[in-house]
Amino acid sequence: MSAEVVDMITVVIDGFEITVPKGTLVIRAAEKLGIQIPRFCDHPLLEPVGACRQCLVDIEINGRAFPKPQASCTIPVETGMIVKTQLTSAVAKKAQEGVMELLLMNHPLDCPVCDKGGECPLQNQAMSTGRSESRFTGVKRTFEKPIHISTQVLLDRERCVLCARCTRFSDQIAGDPFITLNERGALQQVGIYENQPFESYFSGNTVQICPVGALTGASYRFRARPFDLVSTPSACEHCASGCSLRTDVRRGKTLRRLAGDDAEVNEEWNCDKGRWAFVYTNAHDRLTEPMIRDASGELRPASWPEALAVAAAGLAGKTAAVLTGGRVSVEDAYGYSKFARVSLNTNDIDFRSRISSVEEDEFLATKTLTLKTSYRDIDRADSVLLVAFEPEEESPIVFLRINKQVHKRSLKVTAIASKLSIGNEKLKSNFICVAPGLEAQAVANQELTAKSVILVGERASESVGLLSAVVALAEKTGAKIAWIPRRSGERGAIAAGAIGQLLPGGRLVSDAAARVDVAAVWGVATLPTALGRNAKEIISSVNEGKIGALVVGGIDPLDSEDHQATLAALKKAFVVSLEIRPSAVTQLADVVLPVAVVSEKSGSFLNWEGRARAFDAAVADSLQRSDLRILSMISDQMKKPINLSTVKAAAKEFATLASWDGASSTFTSCAPIAQKKLSAHEALLTSWRRLLDEGTLQQGEENLAGTARKSVVVISPKRASAIGVVDGDKVRVSNEHGAIVLPVLVEMIHDDAVWLPRNSRGSHLLATFGVASGAVVTVVKD
Amino acid sequence: MTKLMPVLSAHWDEKDSFTMAGYKRHGGYDAAAKALKMEPDAVIQLVKDSGLRGRGGAGFPTGMKWGFIPQGDNKDHYLVVNADESEPGTCKDMPLLLANPHVLLEGMIIASYAIRAKYAFVYVRGEVTHVVRRVQQAIEDAYKAGYLGKNIFGSGVDLELVMHVGAGAYICGEETALLDSLEGFRGQPRLRPPFPAIAGLYARPTVVNNVESIASVPSIIANGAEWFSSMGTEKSKGMTLYSLSGHVQNPGQFEAPLGITLREILELAGGIRPGHQLKFWTPGGSSTPIFTADHLDTPLDYEGVAAAGSMLGTKALQIFDETTCVVRAVLRWSEFYEHESCGKCTPCREGTYWLVQIIQDLENGKGTEADLEKLLDLCDNIMGRSFCALGDGATSPITSSIKYFRDEYIAHVTNQGCPFDPHASTLFAGTKVGA
Repeated sequence: MSAEVVDMITVVIDGFEITVPKGTLVIRAAEKLGIQIPRFCDHPLLEPVGACRQCLVDIEINGRAFPKPQASCTIPVETGMIVKTQLTSAVAKKAQEGVMELLLMNHPLDCPVCDKGGECPLQNQAMSTGRSESRFTGVKRTFEKPIHISTQVLLDRERCVLCARCTRFSDQIAGDPFITLNERGALQQVGIYENQPFESYFSGNTVQICPVGALTGASYRFRARPFDLVSTPSACEHCASGCSLRTDVRRGKTLRRLAGDDAEVNEEWNCDKGRWAFVYTNAHDRLTEPMIRDASGELRPASWPEALAVAAAGLAGKTAAVLTGGRVSVEDAYGYSKFARVSLNTNDIDFRSRISSVEEDEFLATKTLTLKTSYRDIDRADSVLLVAFEPEEESPIVFLRINKQVHKRSLKVTAIASKLSIGNEKLKSNFICVAPGLEAQAVANQELTAKSVILVGERASESVGLLSAVVALAEKTGAKIAWIPRRSGERGAIAAGAIGQLLPGGRLVSDAAARVDVAAVWGVATLPTALGRNAKEIISSVNEGKIGALVVGGIDPLDSEDHQATLAALKKAFVVSLEIRPSAVTQLADVVLPVAVVSEKSGSFLNWEGRARAFDAAVADSLQRSDLRILSMISDQMKKPINLSTVKAAAKEFATLASWDGASSTFTSCAPIAQKKLSAHEALLTSWRRLLDEGTLQQGEENLAGTARKSVVVISPKRASAIGVVDGDKVRVSNEHGAIVLPVLVEMIHDDAVWLPRNSRGSHLLATFGVASGAVVTVVKD
Repeated sequence: MTKLMPVLSAHWDEKDSFTMAGYKRHGGYDAAAKALKMEPDAVIQLVKDSGLRGRGGAGFPTGMKWGFIPQGDNKDHYLVVNADESEPGTCKDMPLLLANPHVLLEGMIIASYAIRAKYAFVYVRGEVTHVVRRVQQAIEDAYKAGYLGKNIFGSGVDLELVMHVGAGAYICGEETALLDSLEGFRGQPRLRPPFPAIAGLYARPTVVNNVESIASVPSIIANGAEWFSSMGTEKSKGMTLYSLSGHVQNPGQFEAPLGITLREILELAGGIRPGHQLKFWTPGGSSTPIFTADHLDTPLDYEGVAAAGSMLGTKALQIFDETTCVVRAVLRWSEFYEHESCGKCTPCREGTYWLVQIIQDLENGKGTEADLEKLLDLCDNIMGRSFCALGDGATSPITSSIKYFRDEYIAHVTNQGCPFDPHASTLFAGTKVGA
């Protein structure tokens, strides 16, 4: 990092000198001295507005006093400035008290029933700055309450102090200016456009930064008092962005999640999925006791000792493999990794329950753990290239970070994709439109510098040669690569060795020295030497009878490319399933072991940067056990113990293996394939998962689902006129496996392509087509 | 005694004063042709030398404002004329545009040339349809005559002039709110800095001037800086339009050198309506603290009015005789400010809402003497605490009226109602109602 020279300025506030960087606002400089100036509209991550006038102070510069008190949230420090806050200036004190009285004048006495009561900046500052009794005896302004500005955000207009934090956030940070201040004077109010609700993926942040109880979340409204909640710092399990969170629990039940503060990662924001999609943790159908399949083929409840014994007996003596799913914590992944090698004597382990490729195997084994790109690199980049990656849908905090730089300094963003997304429109991306499968060529043509950042998504595995092209481009230009998977556990799973070619810490299975190193730490004589199969190979090996047992973490067979094969394999093999709720796997498992969700255990994730995101158990005293603990119990039962009974033990042991400076392998590139020939009604499928869709972890949160983007088929204007449809007409997309009929949206998309959401209402591509991208489908008017 | 000095209003009595022909008959557009042959900086210097100060209320030197525009910055510059005249009592820009829109256009041509602006805008308040039509016609005629558009006056200079009609919000007379409104946003004042001269319309260097300021420029170019500065007082140069309204014999616009007194203007206007005496008046519209008969000889220039505790503002002289209840008048003004407060900042938004309720109670005899102190304290919490001058202006009539007429407020309390007959203050008070 180059040292940036910053001019420092010394000012005097209430008689104390403080030296701060040039450009610092007076209110911020005062904070550094521990002087709290009351405020509402001020927010350190939003542009100053000076609307609420609560932070008025007296200021003089080089002996010249401002004739009237100034808003300290709008004025940067200057040399020779002397500031007198409410602590030393009677004028400032009276000005602040006057503004507070005016703010409270029209404010309803909702505090006893208001969600914000107890954690309300207005309440708190009314205590510090207000009068004990109001002099206002007139008629208060009233509004109908509350109004829905979306399915998940409610607005009580008479509580609003019109600080414009929510509208500024939506405009400046989220890039979704769907709410605005309307009307005039005392009737001014936050509002939405006619017939256009506040459908932003980031709308929950407005609830969190609202300094009063004007904006409330529909799911949390009237559910709890803040002082009855137990708050635990935690990490979000939904994606690889790595948001810091705060989880609020009352009597063992998660009631609310808030964005945590982490300047390096999510700043003070998170997405609506991270905030509201936690209902699954309290779902009525949570598995609470082990089950085993009895002689009649029915699952029946069993005691832990019995279930563990059946699991151990079933695994013993069989060739077994492990599928962990992409949502494991680092410690759980490490447990699976060690369990596979030590207890099952195999390297057949894969965390990917999604479309993958041999090229990706190669990339993950050789490149991923060497990538050190971070959010800061986006902040400093001269340009950002998006490859097979839609940040707004697939890693929303990455989107916010790019958007911040676009807003601040017009950062150049280039997107290589088949369809121009809403997110890329907001980022004003230079959109390079390519046919699905031909992304590699476009990547090769990019001109980048050593200050550029290439953000490549997990969908790169769906286009042959694309990861190779990305690696080549980075080598040619010196640009940094970041590989951003969608799920939170993937980077950690690679680091923990939950993949066939790697042992923990990036050690190569093929490297004898690495095996010896790991075997020594694990206290075993040898480790299996054969390279592990990937998930696809594991499934086919089961179906070919080469593998007889599967240990399965949280996977959904419908996420795999060939779900028929996956279901067949689950049916055929002896399956031990570690799950939180009944699933398609449960139906086919021989032993079902209930496990803890993230809020019930401690652990950590590695986000896409490779940064550890630790979390504590938010729900104390949960009876649920982590995957790690259960694996450890099975391994004990098998007499091949992994000796990891606690997360702490796993973390400690993993730490000793986390880095490796021994042999590494080099990336072997893959050539792209030629363009496919299409006949008249044929198109190449392209798709991605939307942030809010029918993912299992979002189930049960109807308010959240209400703001999901509508399912549509997107085709180009040329194709639309060819098949004679306009926006809203029904279109039928089909292949030999099935068909999907949805309204059409004619948009900026490659003429050869058709886009559908991958897993949204009425559009489940893998389940229907068995493919999600690159394949030929037929598109006709329905 | 100071005489009237009709310059802008010199030909308002001619039937075709608003037409191109009518304007040309008196040398119209000659000043623009002359200015375009000068160096732009020389035009700015001439306006600086003339001592012309902004006629929109603040009195900022016009030439200096033009000089703030950074030159050679490779950015578009804009001239924006504020024709959103909406101050209660102020009625000078609208009659000026109605009677002679071309003088504004000529001034805009000169000003745009001086600040190197290729685009100029007139922001006219929305209610004045008749003015809008005349300005629109004048713009069309000027385009046809080659005074606007490409290569104006054959000088090689281009100027596009656009009229924008506001939607009728008092706040849009505040220059930064006007710019927001012009850009298509809801009109609310912007945070300053950056000032419009650095980042104004579309974040480009912008001069925002009042109609009368710009309309005064052609006469300065034509007659010279000395001619202009020979009128007026030491720091307030030139002639200006005073709008006289209320309880006077002949209300209207009176163009005179700055520094004339109300006594002199009243004489020209035939005095207060017969049988009545002056009670109070505003020197510059309702946002300026009121004056009484004691101020009849205060020179109506920037310094003179300020020294007497008010502001020259827009020179809107609203005259009230002894039949007027000051509490009632102040209530009307306060209701205006409550209605027009844009809502952006707390003191103005909430303060005006409260002020009205207190004054209503006082006027209706439901107030107490303590309410007066509350009112003054509330004004103190609004004045100088709000985002822009709207909040300040809302307190001026209240504090000044309590200063001069506290007894009258008290009388409302002791009398448990207004001691005045509202009918007596109407203009039809003396006439009989009949069928």
